[in-house]
Amino acid sequence: MNESAAPAGLLVDHVSKDLGGRTIVDDMQLEVHAGELTCLLGPSGCGKTTTLRMVGGFLQPDAGAILIDGVDVSRLAPEKRPTAMVFQNYALWPHMSVFKNVSFGLRLRRLPRREIRERVEQVLELVGLMHHMNSYPAQISGGEQQRVALARALVLEPKVLLLDEPLSNLDAKLRVRVREDIREIQQRVGITTVFVTHDQDEALSISDRIAVMSGGRVEQYADPNTLYREPATHFVASFVGAMNFYTGTVGDGSVEIGGVRVPCDGVSRNGTAPVEIGVRPEDVQVSSDGDGAEARVLREIPRGHYKELVMQLGEGEVRAFVAPEVETSERQRVRFGRAVVYSDGVLQQPSGQPTDVR
Amino acid sequence: MSVVEQAGIVPIARRRPRPTVRSVTVRAVGTVLVVALLVFMVGPLIWLALRAFSDIWPYPRFLPSDWTLKWWHSVFADKSLGNSIKLSFEFAPVVTVASAAICLPAAYAFSRLNFPGRRFFLVSLFATNAFPKIGLYISMAGVFYTFNLMGTFLGVVFVQLIGTIVFMTWIPAAAFSSVPRSLEEAARDAGAGPLRVFFRITFPLAAPGIFVAMVLSFLYSFDEAQGTFLVGIPNYITMPTEMYTLVLNYPEQAGAVFSILLAVPSIILMSLVRKHIMGGRLAEGFQLR
Repeated sequence: MNESAAPAGLLVDHVSKDLGGRTIVDDMQLEVHAGELTCLLGPSGCGKTTTLRMVGGFLQPDAGAILIDGVDVSRLAPEKRPTAMVFQNYALWPHMSVFKNVSFGLRLRRLPRREIRERVEQVLELVGLMHHMNSYPAQISGGEQQRVALARALVLEPKVLLLDEPLSNLDAKLRVRVREDIREIQQRVGITTVFVTHDQDEALSISDRIAVMSGGRVEQYADPNTLYREPATHFVASFVGAMNFYTGTVGDGSVEIGGVRVPCDGVSRNGTAPVEIGVRPEDVQVSSDGDGAEARVLREIPRGHYKELVMQLGEGEVRAFVAPEVETSERQRVRFGRAVVYSDGVLQQPSGQPTDVR
Repeated sequence: MSVVEQAGIVPIARRRPRPTVRSVTVRAVGTVLVVALLVFMVGPLIWLALRAFSDIWPYPRFLPSDWTLKWWHSVFADKSLGNSIKLSFEFAPVVTVASAAICLPAAYAFSRLNFPGRRFFLVSLFATNAFPKIGLYISMAGVFYTFNLMGTFLGVVFVQLIGTIVFMTWIPAAAFSSVPRSLEEAARDAGAGPLRVFFRITFPLAAPGIFVAMVLSFLYSFDEAQGTFLVGIPNYITMPTEMYTLVLNYPEQAGAVFSILLAVPSIILMSLVRKHIMGGRLAEGFQLR
């Protein structure tokens, strides 16, 4: 697609990597535009961290190339690359103060003293840690350590910022706040960023685009909305967000699952072979009368701002998210407002535009 | 009134569980063991100290009947004794530095690199300590004669080095291993080459362990007698080897004085290292999972 010379940003071009006799990254293709934040999302062992470490220069790709702003950096040592990494455990140097940690790279570059101080102060201001300039890593909290690590990476003004599960050591509340901070800082600085996470919620809320990885390959690379609404493969659909999955057949305006016909908007007949049908819980419409298949409520789980219903539908179960004030009796009518249909794990319906698998 | 109460800190009354026969026995046995250990370890030292200041100590008496400083005078007056003290303080630093120069790179390699036979070499370092040393020294003597090392400064350094190699490699290797790789990678990432990373990150963080190993090496060299005696005589008589002559030629009180002198550097150095072993600063800074 992109044959134009020197595209800005990061290009992971057909990269493969074997470790310990296992293929960890398999002919991976990924393009991150300048200024974009891309999440590598996937279960552990899917190759996302390995990919990141190859971009950072800590691992050598067995095949393929890594290009930054059109320049091949595959053979460069980490210290020669225009990348900066935020490590999972922050990797702050415990024998140096916050100032020394952040200024380390600048001091190596023998910048004038005044400039070093200015740039460090600027970046500490950005992450809101001016008051901890002379503290040592052991004296500040996990969230603060995380921001020091971010400042240490940003101060070198790298072309690509790499974050390796940077929030996994923080507690849930802090995680949400820090990820918003990271997104805000990233947008303000306008830096090309690759963010590795196994938390789909995290990925959906901060990314411009998400690359869902499985078995060393990118399953789908799309913006969060597309990813959520039109997961390209069965794997993506089950990994991102909650999803009811059934095996059945599709008719015009309805699906048949386990012998039960459920009205469904936006689907059309597609042969008699059984297919995989996925329905998001929020697309399950529940009413006490009207059209729809009959279902029996098994459990009702309050979730605060919504309510989760678990219902028996034919031989299967269906989960629905409904407004908390909706009254439910034991017998309910169920119809689907929307469904995604897979055959051999690949998306068939809806088939508006072909999803970009790159 | 106790000191604690005077300071205004009221101790929290703890309700102790009623002592049972069992708990009392356990306590009693524990106390007896601790006291026995103390007597065993400190007793000889006290006896030594008394001995060094005693003039006449008739057999059944619990304490010496006459006190004197003359043994101290005679030890300090003897030229050869003073010379041996000087020599000991020359050998110990040389051996420590040489041992560090040889072993620290090895320690780093054992910790960070994976090479064939790594485990074998690591364990084989123990070999020098696994056999009676004197056998090793005798066979070494043959080699030393061939290379004209007998009775030389270098020969003594070599023979002392042998004993220091194990802990000078093992302790720093553990110290290097305790530095998380991600700290080194972060420094690479920030633009430091491998050498810089070692001197700015790895070495400072492993320094307490290295320091401990160097102190132990210093003490080993300071106390080493067998090999030094064999290789060093008659030119190089250090403090521990001088002890042999002393025990044979002087009254035993002079030996006691000398033992105390020999122990002083050990005690000072040990108390210095204690701070580093107990400090634990190393572990605090890491957020390791």
